[in-house]
Amino acid sequence: MCCVAPDVVVVASRVAGLGLGSGSFGIRNQARVHETTTSPTSLSTLLASTEHQEPHLGIPIKMNQFPHGWGRPRDDVYGAYDSSYLNSSEPTSHTQRPIVTGTSVLGLKFNGGVIIAADNIASYGSLARYDNVERLLQVGTHTIVGAGGDISDMQHLHLLLDNLLIKEQYPADDHSLYAPQVHTYISRVLYQRRNKFDPLWNSILTAGADPKTSEPFLSYVDLRGTTYSAPALATGYGAHLAVPILRKHVPDEESAASLSLEEAQGLIEECMKVLWYRDARSGVSYSWAVVTKDGVTTGNKKIEKQSWKFAEMIKGYGAQNI
Amino acid sequence: MASSYMLPGAQQAPSFHSHPSTASQPRQHHWSPYTENGGVILGIAGKDYVILAGDTRSSEGYSINTRTARKIFDVGSGLVLGVVGMSADGEELARRVARKIDDYKRSHDKHITVNAAAVMLSRILYAKRFFPYYVQPLLGGLDENGVGAIYTYDYVGSFERESSRAFGAAASLITPFLDNQINLKNQFEPGSNGEVPRKPGDMPRETVEKIVKDAFTSAVERHIEVGDGLQLVTVMRAPPRAEGAEPEEEEDEREKTAGGGVISEVMSELKKD
Amino acid sequence: MGGFDFSNHTRNAALMSAGMPAPKATSTGTTIVGCLYDGGVVIAADTRATSGPIVADKNCEKLHYISPQIWCAGAGTAADTEFTTAIVSSNLELHALSTGRKPRVVTCMTMLKQHLFKYQGHIGAYLVVAGCDPTGSHLYTVHAHGSTDRLPYVTMGSGSLAAMSVFETEWKKGLDREGAVNLCSQAILAGIFNDLGSGSNCDVCVITPEKATLMRNYITPNVRVPKELNYRFERGTTAVLQEKIIQKDELRRYITVTEVDAKGEATLTTDVMQVDA
Repeated sequence: MCCVAPDVVVVASRVAGLGLGSGSFGIRNQARVHETTTSPTSLSTLLASTEHQEPHLGIPIKMNQFPHGWGRPRDDVYGAYDSSYLNSSEPTSHTQRPIVTGTSVLGLKFNGGVIIAADNIASYGSLARYDNVERLLQVGTHTIVGAGGDISDMQHLHLLLDNLLIKEQYPADDHSLYAPQVHTYISRVLYQRRNKFDPLWNSILTAGADPKTSEPFLSYVDLRGTTYSAPALATGYGAHLAVPILRKHVPDEESAASLSLEEAQGLIEECMKVLWYRDARSGVSYSWAVVTKDGVTTGNKKIEKQSWKFAEMIKGYGAQNI
Repeated sequence: MASSYMLPGAQQAPSFHSHPSTASQPRQHHWSPYTENGGVILGIAGKDYVILAGDTRSSEGYSINTRTARKIFDVGSGLVLGVVGMSADGEELARRVARKIDDYKRSHDKHITVNAAAVMLSRILYAKRFFPYYVQPLLGGLDENGVGAIYTYDYVGSFERESSRAFGAAASLITPFLDNQINLKNQFEPGSNGEVPRKPGDMPRETVEKIVKDAFTSAVERHIEVGDGLQLVTVMRAPPRAEGAEPEEEEDEREKTAGGGVISEVMSELKKD
Repeated sequence: MGGFDFSNHTRNAALMSAGMPAPKATSTGTTIVGCLYDGGVVIAADTRATSGPIVADKNCEKLHYISPQIWCAGAGTAADTEFTTAIVSSNLELHALSTGRKPRVVTCMTMLKQHLFKYQGHIGAYLVVAGCDPTGSHLYTVHAHGSTDRLPYVTMGSGSLAAMSVFETEWKKGLDREGAVNLCSQAILAGIFNDLGSGSNCDVCVITPEKATLMRNYITPNVRVPKELNYRFERGTTAVLQEKIIQKDELRRYITVTEVDAKGEATLTTDVMQVDA
């Protein structure tokens, strides 16, 4: 509420003058209320009059002046206030559902770094709506974030990460954000959003390498804030179709530490091909990124050496022979 | 808010008084903030030690998230916290407890006792009475007399001190084994002709560790969400200093941070199918 | 014709809508696979049976006999896979007898799909059918709703994606017997270690035009480690609350007692019961 400062009065009456308020308000109205509280008769007379002209602007008062309904449109002018929307027994529901979505993200540690990959398809239900979407985001110098799930939520997260990075630049000290910090930040955002029943509908892999020790980092977080790490990770269908392949080659941290970059690239290519064969929401072209202590290398690739001739000799689904 | 979701596994009580309705109605897409990540933990309190153990599998549905997820956390001041249920809530709870224990130490210049920490954890849980942490926590440590203490909770903060407890996916498999082997329920001293019940509580740590391992290898055999690895955490009394020996700086530091209890962790393998 | 008894259906529907949970059947999780090769066909399965999250059977047999050279791997509800394959096995035998020919895989597959389609998915049997007949080696999948598929390599069950990832990376044309057995068992192992619904051992069945070879527990990668302690209870641990000794002579009033010597030969028989003497 406005009080004594004169410029507040100016602002208030200007708002009224723009027609945003129902009737005029500000110091003058308040003064009148204060004045009339001392004399109940005059207050009720004032409030009861339906066509009371605001003396200064000549606008009829259509605002409820009673304390319990102050500021509301007056019932006798506008009819009873429809407050049904306030009485909803349901909690405010934020939870939507994913609309435009991306499918799997794959991540694999190797000796001296991490490789991460995601295809470029954004689906709208079962429609392959966009085929040029970048789902790998570089955050700082040594981190890549790959997102599956809702694309708009991913882009919102991109904004948050950009802002975070800018904020971290200001002190101009020698500290910067690396993968563990980025992963923790994202997981806190996602966990807090699930606590508000307003989740960011994503499954996210954060990949990076320490610029000094070249220790690889790879972690998962999803829309409920669930986090975990492993030498080989995947989101979405990748968790079912790619992880078994990756785990066979890299069952633990020790075997990841003896895997070469070339071997890791070969495995990721193989897994992306399996996903292209078997995940109906996947695409032929994908982005990949490798993070080592020297920084990030990225690229784009198409699934090569496809083979759809495995069932050449098969006819039909049963008795058919020709 | 509480009415809009149900905890996983919660079921409407069957009633014969309600009218039959169509078995399947079109259901609105409803998101649950909860999930279950499987696994099992157990805690056993001994005369001068506490053992907390958990498997290291984290799963969702029929998929294994990772084979190396710890469920037992060192929360400072010589206390350990085991969490099982939803891992995101569990890790958040462990972080908060560790933070509060650290706060306590900084503001009071002494370590929190295990029973004070137990009350504190209860309050943390009850504060979220209407949006609970989907976690079954076990708090372990040595009490003021150096005796092992396990505090067990339900997920809204009801708690009690117990000598042994199993929580999580295979709790129903491990509990009767613990009743039998740790608490020696319904057993008598041989030769006493059913007169002298066997007395629990004086088992050496090494034997209890073997019982814990057998509890886990058995749970792995019969529960699909248990496996991959075993994290065995022990809290013991710091060994007494040799007479006349000056306290080493390092040792001093350790006692300051561990509240008299020394925490050690042993990792071992479990079956991975 | 016989079939199912539906007399409790209405009662159960009322109970279930009142909130009573349906009884739990055994085994939804499974990995089963099949693969054709030059000269025959291989099917394989894991050996875990589950009831919810509990392992009901650690070494069950999911490879079912249908006819000497037609075998079937089953996923889904254990009872449904067993009874469905049993009834088709029986009918196929009658069919073979009446035609005087060896049964064909396609006939078996058609009988399965028509049976399952009739029950609109309520019979939860998901099958991999394989075999050799005079027309060659064949491999099919049959879904609970009655659809079928015919492919050179197939997977089914909750571990089907893990198993398929192996086929999609390692399968090649012109496999020999050893290659096919290897590939199938590797696919099963992918299911065993990555899918919680699958576990324990790997069973394999190789079918050639000459014979079928069932290799039960072909790989056993999940042998339990020895227990740390011995859990024998000392005599006297359980209290004896009441003791009553029944003498042998007293016992003879009620039952037949045969004295057996160390060699296992009856030395004395008393009160031999006379039946249709």
